[in-house]
Amino acid sequence: MPNRIGRLILLSCLSLLTSPVYADYQLNMPYGVSPISHEIYDLHMAAFYICCVIAVVVFSVLIYSLIRFRKSKGAQAAQFKGNLLVEVIWTIIPFLILVGLAYPATVVLAHIHDTEKSALTIKITGYQWKWKYEYLDNGIRYFSYLSTTLDQIENRAPKNKWFLLEVDKPLVVPVNTKVKLLITSDDVIHSWWVPELGVKQDAIPGFINENWVYITQPGEYRGQCGELCGINHGFMPIVVKAVSETDFAAWLQTEEKRMLIQNQQAALKVLPETELLSMGKDEYLKNCAMCHLPNGEGMKTSFPALKYSRVVNAPVDETIAYVLHGVPGTPMQAFGKILDDQTMAAIITYIRQSWGNDRINKTRSYPTTVQPKEVKEVRQLVGIQ
Amino acid sequence: MDDAITQHHEGAHGPAKGIMRWFYTTNHKDIGTLYLFFSMIMLFVGGALALVIRLELFEPGNFIINPEFFNQMVTMHGIIMVFGVIMPAMTGIANWMIPLMIGAPDMALPRLNNWSFWLLPFAFLMLISTIFMSGPAPDFGWTFYAPLSTLYGPASTDFFIFTIHMLGVSSILSALNIVVTIFNMRAPGMTWMKLPLLVWSWVVTGFLLLAVMPILAGCVTMVLMDRHFHTAFFNAAGGGDPILFQHLFWFFGHPEVYILILPGFGIISAVIPTFARKHLFGYEFMVFAIIIIGILGYLVWMHHMFTTGAPFAAQLSTMYLTMLIAVPTGIKIFNWTATLYKGSITFETPMLFALGFLFMFTIGGLSGVMLSLVPADYQYRDTYFVVGHFHYVLVSGSLFTIIAGIYYWLPKWTGNKYSEKLGQYHFWLSVIGVNLTFFPMHFLGLAGMPRRIPDYALQFTEFNQISTIGSFIFGVAQLIFLYIVLKACFSKNTQPTEAKTWEGAEGLEWTLPSPPPYHTFETAPIIK
Repeated sequence: MPNRIGRLILLSCLSLLTSPVYADYQLNMPYGVSPISHEIYDLHMAAFYICCVIAVVVFSVLIYSLIRFRKSKGAQAAQFKGNLLVEVIWTIIPFLILVGLAYPATVVLAHIHDTEKSALTIKITGYQWKWKYEYLDNGIRYFSYLSTTLDQIENRAPKNKWFLLEVDKPLVVPVNTKVKLLITSDDVIHSWWVPELGVKQDAIPGFINENWVYITQPGEYRGQCGELCGINHGFMPIVVKAVSETDFAAWLQTEEKRMLIQNQQAALKVLPETELLSMGKDEYLKNCAMCHLPNGEGMKTSFPALKYSRVVNAPVDETIAYVLHGVPGTPMQAFGKILDDQTMAAIITYIRQSWGNDRINKTRSYPTTVQPKEVKEVRQLVGIQ
Repeated sequence: MDDAITQHHEGAHGPAKGIMRWFYTTNHKDIGTLYLFFSMIMLFVGGALALVIRLELFEPGNFIINPEFFNQMVTMHGIIMVFGVIMPAMTGIANWMIPLMIGAPDMALPRLNNWSFWLLPFAFLMLISTIFMSGPAPDFGWTFYAPLSTLYGPASTDFFIFTIHMLGVSSILSALNIVVTIFNMRAPGMTWMKLPLLVWSWVVTGFLLLAVMPILAGCVTMVLMDRHFHTAFFNAAGGGDPILFQHLFWFFGHPEVYILILPGFGIISAVIPTFARKHLFGYEFMVFAIIIIGILGYLVWMHHMFTTGAPFAAQLSTMYLTMLIAVPTGIKIFNWTATLYKGSITFETPMLFALGFLFMFTIGGLSGVMLSLVPADYQYRDTYFVVGHFHYVLVSGSLFTIIAGIYYWLPKWTGNKYSEKLGQYHFWLSVIGVNLTFFPMHFLGLAGMPRRIPDYALQFTEFNQISTIGSFIFGVAQLIFLYIVLKACFSKNTQPTEAKTWEGAEGLEWTLPSPPPYHTFETAPIIK
């Protein structure tokens, strides 16, 4: 009877293992695409094999003793109490094994700490729950958000292959170039981790940690935040796109152009209401919906609702100032530092017109449409650039 | 006649009647029982939270609970299991067994003993009450890293802080009591090198607790100050240092893991010789190994912080010291193995759990060596590899030793033998459950799944499902344990159990009747 139950459990486990529904699972650490990741992998495998050998030796003696010296087979207990020689032996041998492991670990660690002679420097800032990438040599900067839709997370739509490991704008780096990473955080502690690059570095507010990558193969490499950073810790993935050096130069040019346009024109443009609303909805879903939810009702115990909110249904300047400043010490960031005037105007227009807020604003005769120009004015007034 | 004397005696100095007995008691056996029952209740509370976590992780996508609640579950599960299950259970066993093992009539400070226990239920009521409050419960993990717990912590964080304070007071007082008892109340002739290893392990554990619990208290007080009194200990914007928090926390947190496992080493050192019918191999080395582990345990807290940007020299020294701990730990494993060698072995339930511990703790220890290598640790840190590692040393390590100890001394405590058959079912289901739950976590971690995430990418699905199935098997198995313990405690003694339950058992506790009278060793035994 117990046998049959055992077989049933085993079979159900095997059927799970062979289940074809999901993507391929993986048993081991990735070998990776950078010299450091290779070195770490080799160290990991060396340690793993040594542990296996130790386990086999210890378990063999254990199992042998358990089978050989059973009372039911008439084993009589010997009465020895200790032996100095074996104690010395099993103190020294493990010690030597450990020295053998410590040496390569030290060498690899020294290599990791060598951040000199990099050709490119990128500053990475963790935010609740997105990453900011700044190319310090070129003035390019942008945010990278999770691009998996809420419908997929809520099981209302089939999941993509890279469910929860996809972003709207990946970090783009050239191959065969030593890229220095300066990693920090704007709020709580995050950790920037891409297994295939062999880099995990905590992003700590007030500190700038250094690390570096040298990618040898073009491709997309995926990772996730490695330190609990609040409610959406599981929803701030990292994608690094390694491209050839010429592709990278081209990419830099388009990005520089985009930055220029964004800085000069966006603030002055007057947008029609429909455009503001559609842009506002997209940006709302990206920046706000993770806490305030797509229906604006917030999360009961953590995040306030925007529907019928006192802050949203207020004179335009107040709403803008609130969003610009954020609420210090909460995930409500100072969005003035994150979003440009146009995006901000679109989002505020969207939230003031959705979920019945338009009715309240109208009865109080507050305007429901906000233009980039107004955001710019308030920005200058409160002094947030 | 003997009976009459005992009856008369208990009438004069016996327990208070009814429920008040348990509030007023200063008897080490009663307080030990309270600790153990409290621990059992919390095991099921913490276990239920773990099952909620595992259920959510059964499939990718939002399954039954939202990410907000998930983080609260993770936090509660950690705190409850560490402070509410393992520590009280170890203290409970210490309360019961140390006076019996050293021939003392009771603990040195009986009233303090009562208070140390009664702080616990209130502390945990306060903590658990936060789940039912209108704001979120603590949601930053049991490590409550700043600034997530300071600037960003929910209002209920203050309840969490005071819970930790109360737990700290409780632990310090009980550690003080145990250390004072061992130093002052040994029976004549019970010299240091005759002490059972359980007692020795508590000497070291007691000092670890006395040294690090105040650090934790200081740390949470600083969190409280940062939250309400405008200090900036951990706030970089005010000139503080978020890393300082981690130093303080792990200066407590690392010795804490030895606090959780060392008394277990003591239990195993009692169980294995009994069922191998052979003297413990290398007693002196076992004692030295515990002391050295205790000392090294103070020095390696930074191995929890390798990715924080720690300087090269600090990383190296911590790595070497951490690897060094493998040596005394190895000595313990080898000595237990040598105790089995040429023994006369039987496989009663306590022995099964001790052997399960020996195998699986070794696995956890080896993955610990892998984790000590800084470059490799960069890849393991904060992944499911770590979760697998510490559950191997805490569940199949600490928890298994506690279960082994309970089976071992249950006949002594209650005068009733448990059902050997049910005990075996409990053991085998637990072993299958533990390995199904925690072994796949190593693969998940290596493949890149971070810990503490409520939802995961598709390639992690299979192993998470196995893990969830395993966790439910393990959970169900503990119901058998509950039944066995309750049956032993509450059924009437039909026939007197012999004083020496196990053929190969040695030690003062086995010279007493089962169950022992309310007061024991009122005149100290003479040890030859």
